Parts: sequence; structure tokens; C-alpha cells
Amino acid sequence: MSELTLLLIRLAFLALLWFFVIAAVGVIRTDLFGPRTAPASARKPAKQARPMPKPKQKKGEPRQLIVTGGPLQGTIINLTEMPITIGRANDATLVLSDDYASSRHARLFPQDGQWILEDLGSTNGTYLERSKVTRPTPVPLGVPIRIGKTVIELRK
Amino acid sequence: MSAVEATPVPMTAKRRGAQLGMLAFAVLIVMGAYASVGLGLDGEIPSGMLTYGLGLGGLMLAAYLVLAKFAPWADPLLLPLVTLVNGLGLVMIYRIEQTGQDGANATNQLMWTALGVVMFAATVIVLKDHRILQRFTYTAGFAGLVLLVLPVLPLLGTEINGSRIWIHIGGFSIQPGEFAKLALVVFFAGYLVAKRDVLALAGRRLLFIDLPRARDLGPVLITWAVSIVVLILEKDLGTSLLLFGTFIAMLYIATQRTSWVLIGILLFVGGALLAGQVFSHVQVRFRGWLDAESNDLYFDGVSYQLMEGLFAMGSGGILGTGLGMGHPRRIPFSFSDFIFAATGEELGLTGLMALLMVYALIVERGLRTALASRDPFSKLLAGGLSFILAWQLFIIVGGVTRLIPLTGLVTPFMSAGGSALLANWILIALLVRMSDAARRPPPQAIQDEGLTQVMQR
Repeated sequence: MSELTLLLIRLAFLALLWFFVIAAVGVIRTDLFGPRTAPASARKPAKQARPMPKPKQKKGEPRQLIVTGGPLQGTIINLTEMPITIGRANDATLVLSDDYASSRHARLFPQDGQWILEDLGSTNGTYLERSKVTRPTPVPLGVPIRIGKTVIELRK
Repeated sequence: MSAVEATPVPMTAKRRGAQLGMLAFAVLIVMGAYASVGLGLDGEIPSGMLTYGLGLGGLMLAAYLVLAKFAPWADPLLLPLVTLVNGLGLVMIYRIEQTGQDGANATNQLMWTALGVVMFAATVIVLKDHRILQRFTYTAGFAGLVLLVLPVLPLLGTEINGSRIWIHIGGFSIQPGEFAKLALVVFFAGYLVAKRDVLALAGRRLLFIDLPRARDLGPVLITWAVSIVVLILEKDLGTSLLLFGTFIAMLYIATQRTSWVLIGILLFVGGALLAGQVFSHVQVRFRGWLDAESNDLYFDGVSYQLMEGLFAMGSGGILGTGLGMGHPRRIPFSFSDFIFAATGEELGLTGLMALLMVYALIVERGLRTALASRDPFSKLLAGGLSFILAWQLFIIVGGVTRLIPLTGLVTPFMSAGGSALLANWILIALLVRMSDAARRPPPQAIQDEGLTQVMQR
């Protein structure tokens, strides 16, 4: 085994190690920026095209629900066609452990391209910005919803 | 299930293909490393390469199938990343065994790896919902303390290499501290979920720092006392540093109060200084760190191991000597505490950085799981487990590279040692279980409207 071959093997192995790291980072990248770069990658559009029977899916529609305040800060839930329940109950989509939240506190559901916030008869109320939600109210992008100590927002 | 797959949620895609691909890649790299070791040592590909490689590949395929069946939404990267580190550890131990250093045994390590994967699979299968662990908060705390104290008991415990951290059961020697670590993180998470409001909100404000109430300091002081006791009775600097640091970090995650970190650092520095004054073995460690280059300490053997490790990494340089062409035999215990230095010699700075990146990615996946979790207990548990992994790596790599005083801890997944390997595989199983819960799409409503909804999980 000549010196040169060994040197080449050594370099090849180090390159392989770094390729592995880069491949791993690539997987994470699609995980992090998946929704945004989705149209760029080849297989994502095919996946997305199928479950969108609605003809006009507007650009301004919210895609994520982000918890911006309270103990669950940083949690992100992707919005689908399914309604989102919020409360202390274990089967809620967003499970709060907050003494000021009811077990079934509020619900967010899509209707005609808008997300509607509905209070489910909670004890301490649901607030959209400053005003208490008494009947189903459409939620604009980026407006804080307060439930107990938790603040959530819809984002694109 | 098919309805779930059809919903447009790219972020929570299962990515099983990516997982299998990365897993195959990792096993391929490990086999390449074996071949490279053989070529470096005696110019031919070692006969054991296929056995080892296929053995590792088969194990990981089994682990992958278990994941696909029982935790389909689990993070796709955790298993491949861990496979790579564990496999490279195996190769390094095999390589060190070839030099004839006492205690290095690759076959043993492969057996422990297999057992680790079995434990991993068992944990994923048995623990359907990790939130069950919250019910065992105090049981876990008690179990953790008992496990920590076991080696001190007469008859059971034995002292090896100056540390009393082993127990003998049958023909096996076990390090219960490695498992205690897991139990204590579960306890910390459960306890802090229950108490964090009290810890965070009550207290006075003094000079920009929110001071907690004296009675809330109890748990911190108790953990501190326990880690000091471990340090004294078992002479195990590493574990005591590991436990205390993890508790402070979890306290910080739970309360978001800087004051706790400050109090923790003050307590730790105080404790360390006191221990340095009172106990000779701590003093020796400090001297071996500060004056490592002095002739006396080197020839007395105090800093011999540390310096040999530094020499090895220095001779490795940027690109390393190549696998199988270094001199790991010169470093005492190059297969356990100093495996990082031995790897550094043969893979160089480039290889070490890649290795550290892989560890960083494991930790990142863990923290990401914590962020994505939907309930506070999972957040704390995932954050704590990721932190303890990162913290352990920092303590040992920092020690080996002489950034901090050297304390005996194993490099997770790489060092020879069964208990650590088993415990770390269980840790990864817990993270995988939690990432499965966090990435699983939200429950689906069966009917469309109405105040009460029937939900399907």
C-alpha cells in the first residue's frame, strides 16, 4: 500500500464524513423550511396538489399557528383543513397547562379561506387583541389571541 | 391513517425514505472506516469487516423497522446520527484492540451495542406514551437517588481506578450512575412542571435580578448537596458536575429566570473551591489541569494521560494521520475516557469537527423536539435529555482538550462501556418517542361541525 493511496483513502474518508453531515443538514433544512421551499423541490408539489380541491388558495392565507407567549412559547402547529381545539383537555390540539384555561377553551376553524375563532364557553374568556370573543370571529394574520397566559398568532 | 397522509403538512412528513437512506449511509461510512483501519494497519481489508458491518447494519435495520412500526412520525435523523457515532466508536475500539492495549474489546462493545439497540426497541415498544412517566415523578427521583448511592454500599460497590461508581452483580459490573442520570432527568422534569410557577413568580427583585424565595431554594440545595455527596463518596467529579449542571439548565428552561443560573453557578464555584481545598483528589485534578505541562506532574503520572492525549491530537493536525496509523496505545485508557483524543489523532481536526457536528445535530434534533412538543412535561423532558447529552460531551471533550479540568466521563456512544451505551440508547429512545408525539399531526375531527366533537387519534 503506497503512501499516496493511503493519503487518498484518508482524504476520501474525511470527505465522506462531511458529506454525511451535509446530508443530515439537508434533511433538517427541508424540515425547517419545508413549507416555504416546497414548490422548489420536485416531489413536494405533487404531494400538495392532490389534497387541494379548492380552486382559489390565496397567498395571504395563514399556514401556521405560532404560540408567541406563555409556557408553550415557540410551538408551531401547521394549519390544515382541520379545526384546531385549544384547552386543557388531553385530546386538544394545543394542550395548555394553565389554571386560567378551561378544558375545552376555544376552537379555530377554517371557513371560506378565513380562520374563525370561537370561544367554547370558557370560564375566563378568549381575547382577540383586546376584545373578548363572544361569537365566532374571523382572525386576521398576526393578531394575538389570548387564552389565559398563552398568546397565539396565525402566520403565513 | 391514509386521510392523515393526504393532508398538506410537509413539515410533519414521515421522511422514512430519508431515514433509511441516511441509515445506510451511516453504516457505509462505518464499513469504510473498518476497511481504512485494516489498510492503515497491515495493508489489507480486515476479514472481520463484513461481519462487523453487516452486524451493525442488521441491528440498525431492525431498529429502523421497530421505528417504522411503533413510532412512524419519529424524527428521521436521530437514529442515523447515533448509528454513525456508535459505529465509529466501535471501529476505534477495534483499532485500539489491534494495538494490544488492555481492556479494549471490540466484540464486547458490539455485544453491548446490540443490547443497547434491544433496549432502544423495547423502550419504544413498551412506552406508548411518554407522558406516563410524569406519573412516576417521585418514584423516578427515588430510584435515581438509590441508583446513585448503590456503589457506596459495602459488598455491592467496588472501587476501580480511584472511583467508586461500579457495582457487581453476577459476573457483570454495572455503573448505576448512568441510569440514575435518566431517572433524575425524568424527576426534574416532572417536579419542575408542577412547581415552576411558584419558582418563577414568587420572590423579590434586587438589582435587576429576581431573587427566589428562600423556601423555594430547597430543591436546588438538595440537588447540590447530592452532587457534592457523590463527589465525596464516589470520587466521581464528572457525574456530580453533570447532574448539577443539568438541574440548573432545566430550572432555567422551566422558569426562564437568569437568577437561577447565577445562583447555580455561584453554588457550583463555591462547592468546587471548597472541594479543591478539602479533598486531595480534587486538588490533584486541578493541579494536573493548570500545570499540565510541568515535568514533575507529567512524570508522576498526574497529567501524563492528558498530555499524551494532547500530543496525539497535535500530531494528528488538520487532516490526521489516517485511520490505523496513529499511536493510540501511548494514551492510557484511549478506548474509554480518551477515545476522543485517539480519534483526533487519526482523523485530525477535520474529522473531530465532523464528529462534533454529528453530536450537535443529535442535540439539535432533541431541542427541536422540545420546541415542537405540545405539553410542558415533554418540553422539559426533551430539553433536559438533549442538554444532558450536550453537557456530558462538553465536560469530557473540554477535559480532554484541557479547556476545563479533566473529569472521568465517557464520550456518549463512543467510549467502551456497557452501562453508558445502554443508558444512552434508552435516552435516544425517549427522544424518539417524544419526537413521534410532537410531529404526529393533530387529531382529526370525524364530523364537520358542532360544539362537541368526536375526535379520532
